[in-house]
Amino acid sequence: MKERLLELQTEALAKVEEASTLKDLQDIRVAYLGKKGPITEVLRGMGKLSKEERPVIGELANKVREAIASELDNKKEHLEAIELEKKLEAETIDVTLPGRPVQVGGPHLLTSIVEEIEDLFIGMGFEVREGPEVETDYYNFEALNLPKDHPARDMQDSFYITEELLMRTHTSPVQARTMGEYQGSQPVKMICPGKVYRRDTDDATHSHQFTQVEGLYVDKDVRMSDLKGVLNRFAKQLFGEEREIRLRPSFFPFTEPSVEMDISCKVCHGHGCSVCKGTGWIEILGGGMVHPRVLEMAGYDSNEYSGFAFGMGPERIAMLKYGVDDIRHFYTNDVRFLTQYHKAK
Amino acid sequence: MFVSLNWLKNYIDIENISTEDLAERITKTGIEVEGIEYIAEQSTNVVVGYVKKCEQHPNADKLNLCQVDVGDEELQIICGAPNIAQGQKVAVAKPGAVLPGNFKIKKAKLRGVESNGMICSLQELGIEEKFVPKDVAEGIFVFPNDAEVGADALQLLNLDDAIIELGLTPNRSDALSMLGVAYEVAAILDVPIRFPEENVKTAEEQAVDYVSVKVEDSDANPYYGAFVVKDIEIGPSPLWMRNYLIAAGIRPINNVVDITNYVLLEYGQPLHAFDFDKFGSKEIVVRRAQQDEKIQTLDDQERTLSSEHLVITNGQEPTAIAGVMGGAESEVSEQTTTVLLEAAYFDPKVVRIGSKDHGLRSESSIRFEKGVDPNRVKSAGMRACQLLSQYANGTVLSGVAEFDELDKEEKTVEFSSSRINARLGTAISNDEMADILRKLNINYKLNGDTFTVHVPTRRQDITIFEDMLEEIARIYGYDNLPYTLPQGASQAGGLTDLQQLKRDIKQYFESAGLMESITYSLTSQARSQLLVSPEVKEKAVTPVALSMPMSEEHSTLRLSMLPELLDSLAYNTARKQSNLAYYELGTIFLSEQEQVTKQPEEKLRAAGALTGDWITHPWQQEKRQVDFYLVKGILQGLFETLNVTAEYKQTKIDGMHPGRTAQILVGGTSIGFLGQVHPKLQKDFDLKDTYVFDLDLDYLFEIHKNEPSFAKIPRYPSVSRDIALVVEEAVHAGDVQATIQQAGGELVKDVQVFDVYQGEHLEDGKKSIAFNLLYLDPERTLKDEEVEESYQAILYAVKDAHDAELRG
Ligand SMILES: [Zn+2]
Repeated sequence: MKERLLELQTEALAKVEEASTLKDLQDIRVAYLGKKGPITEVLRGMGKLSKEERPVIGELANKVREAIASELDNKKEHLEAIELEKKLEAETIDVTLPGRPVQVGGPHLLTSIVEEIEDLFIGMGFEVREGPEVETDYYNFEALNLPKDHPARDMQDSFYITEELLMRTHTSPVQARTMGEYQGSQPVKMICPGKVYRRDTDDATHSHQFTQVEGLYVDKDVRMSDLKGVLNRFAKQLFGEEREIRLRPSFFPFTEPSVEMDISCKVCHGHGCSVCKGTGWIEILGGGMVHPRVLEMAGYDSNEYSGFAFGMGPERIAMLKYGVDDIRHFYTNDVRFLTQYHKAK
Repeated sequence: MFVSLNWLKNYIDIENISTEDLAERITKTGIEVEGIEYIAEQSTNVVVGYVKKCEQHPNADKLNLCQVDVGDEELQIICGAPNIAQGQKVAVAKPGAVLPGNFKIKKAKLRGVESNGMICSLQELGIEEKFVPKDVAEGIFVFPNDAEVGADALQLLNLDDAIIELGLTPNRSDALSMLGVAYEVAAILDVPIRFPEENVKTAEEQAVDYVSVKVEDSDANPYYGAFVVKDIEIGPSPLWMRNYLIAAGIRPINNVVDITNYVLLEYGQPLHAFDFDKFGSKEIVVRRAQQDEKIQTLDDQERTLSSEHLVITNGQEPTAIAGVMGGAESEVSEQTTTVLLEAAYFDPKVVRIGSKDHGLRSESSIRFEKGVDPNRVKSAGMRACQLLSQYANGTVLSGVAEFDELDKEEKTVEFSSSRINARLGTAISNDEMADILRKLNINYKLNGDTFTVHVPTRRQDITIFEDMLEEIARIYGYDNLPYTLPQGASQAGGLTDLQQLKRDIKQYFESAGLMESITYSLTSQARSQLLVSPEVKEKAVTPVALSMPMSEEHSTLRLSMLPELLDSLAYNTARKQSNLAYYELGTIFLSEQEQVTKQPEEKLRAAGALTGDWITHPWQQEKRQVDFYLVKGILQGLFETLNVTAEYKQTKIDGMHPGRTAQILVGGTSIGFLGQVHPKLQKDFDLKDTYVFDLDLDYLFEIHKNEPSFAKIPRYPSVSRDIALVVEEAVHAGDVQATIQQAGGELVKDVQVFDVYQGEHLEDGKKSIAFNLLYLDPERTLKDEEVEESYQAILYAVKDAHDAELRG
């Protein structure tokens, strides 16, 4: 019997070796290890054996079974791996075909610029204030040292609704409102972004509606050099560390002295080229020291308090920064324009 | 203001600085130089020639054959100008000359005859047509007889000049004169000023013997001076004066008119010359015009006046509108022999009203409107008399007939150097400040560190401390100010919660696939009525309109952003861009008044408009058009972000599809709508199916509660049950859902529609809606009986409310 068992083992292992499919293995398992298999049959004949022989043969039979089973398992694992490999191979796709698109939106260029400006000034301790787009004549003009018959009102022809109400021509009324709210009780450090309106015929460089960001800082002992320092930091952060600024005298009714700020030309670095019309400088914003009458009208003692204010046009900044050649692009919402500025910075 | 540098050189020395450097320094010190023009930058080789002989071209009627002496040679030149004549001195471009436009002069043959050069008109030399004097406008320019043959014609015509254009801010009207500019440049360069000649030998006769002056409104006219110059010979003014006028942008007329214009530019003081013999009387009366009084002005227009206007009269009739324009009747002409010269100070407001009402803005009115220098009024008159005597052969009568109540006193302003330094952030010494004042030609007294400044009357803009602060700072140089940062207590800047929320909402829309757009707030009257959300329509009585719009297109304040958004979509589709998903955050203007008297309420809203394909993925045959439920899904996501629960109610809105529009409510309050644009309106905009939404963000911001609090993760299993109900077609799923939610009780945590079916196996006019119900008690495991009980209650309720049957 011993010989028979060993013979069966050799035979079975040889078949396992030959097997090439999982079904072959299953057949071998049934054939050799099944209840009707030859090993079971051998064991059935154990009753004829002596007491001493029985455990020996029993042990051998188990060893043979284990050897066959283990070899079957090994082979099965091997064949399964091959089969999986084949199956996966068959599942190959063309990875170069385009993916299913995801709809992506993005911000308007003006919003991006305004938020960038907001964040720069927030970083310098400014808060953001907003106000109505339909203003009273008082806040839009009078509180800013532009009484009714002031000749400088010609400078900003306005859209009136009634004699006392108009579309605001700048966001400065928000400053007057904020100061008026505090009535000289505390410093003001704010910027006010928003839409403004002027009687201009829309063309490449004019728009009856545009955007402004104005800033105001009122405190005890605010100096003109602070204005220069703050604007310098702002300009370098927005346009690049290599850019220089310069201030030159100008005139606004609500500031005295008034300044205009230029930055050095990106193209020629101040040497003069066609972009800067040969001057080496590009005008960016206007500002100045808050006019004492504006402070007084809002309840601030102009001997104790001083301040600076400034204002800029995000459209102009966008045009300079990105070379946008027509202000109307900001309002026609041409998708080919809008998407150009959706790329991450 | 155009400033001829050759002219400016009469008053100050600017030889040592290049034009570009000078312009740069003027800009940096106070007045922006907007441009520099070199009139004949490229021209060369044009000289004065003497026409020795001039005869008809043998082969051409309209051409002349001239022999021209140009000093070193004699040139044969063919000339077609009608005014060419023998004995003239003319401008000759010699062969090899270059004229503006890079036009090169070469030897040529014209109709078989040689021509060696060109005799030039002023236009050909680069002077704008409108400034060319009328007598030489149709032909060549003719020099006065004293021009030297062979001399540089460009120089004689002042074409070697550089003209700088000053962009004057309203405060710097002092620079509306050559003398004012001279003061400014003198301060910058620290050079002395040479003043014009005002002295003239006068006749025995007195001006007051010829004319008297009476002013009835001394506020409107505090000074009126009348000079009399007789024996005038009208003729051309000297070449140099004509050149300067042309450079300044004024066309030369004759010596008298040119002199008044010249002094206007030199002193900044407008003058007016009347023909004394046509004045109509020997008395000048300045008064307010009578209602509907008429005057024929110099431009031959009849003007109707009112008491708002100030007039110069001869005691009877108006002879000029003060500071605006003279009358035609008393205009100086070729026959004039005696000139009555007005030098006056008119109140700026009166002149502004006059020039505005008659649409006449002139070099004179501009200056009066800004306020002229009280101390220069009379001297300008004297300067004109001096020039009339010299260049019009006039005899100046002594004295002036005048009315004078003009305040000519210099005002004082006080400042301490320490306060200046504290305000500028500088450490400028008293000596430096004193030196700056000296450069500015401003007198002062210094006491300790306090300066008492006597402000020259030419600088009417200086009235307070801050004005002197500016003067000191600009001459000191803004470049020299240090860079500092504010010393005040620093505060944390930042966005308010609402500002942050606004940014978050923008970001939500963008990640949901929408593009931000910005449209105009001003729309047309017609558009303002379209696509208005119910809660806006209820409140806004009428759209707010501009009182004087520039166009109907932008005449009315919007009640919705949608019409202009549709316009943006249309703009794109017209350019073959048809898949668009836009949103905008902006303000609408809501007035509850029929006649607006107070500021309209400004509401922040979010609107969106989508059209075309949402997803196109052709090779896998996927294509999804924008539809109602896409837009609704985007809004649902927004409400989830804001943690608010919205309801949707079928509704009808002007301009919207009547069957595909939903009003959105939160807690029973209308906050906006969504739906498809009415196909008729889509067609008006040339759009395919377009879906829109419009939401009241202010209200959403007000009610949203975004304090995320921790909710325990349930430890007990939930039970899911499906229920399919058959209802009438018209029954809304949302209503059934609400009934289920209510009837199911607290255990029902969620109800979702998962199928809607209509067709085979169902009766006509019926549909089946399948819901998935989620039961959960976070504290314990649910019993089957409880769920079943609730389920039965639901079935009963939907049968009762919607006649819904369980689908078999
Ligand atoms: Zn440049």
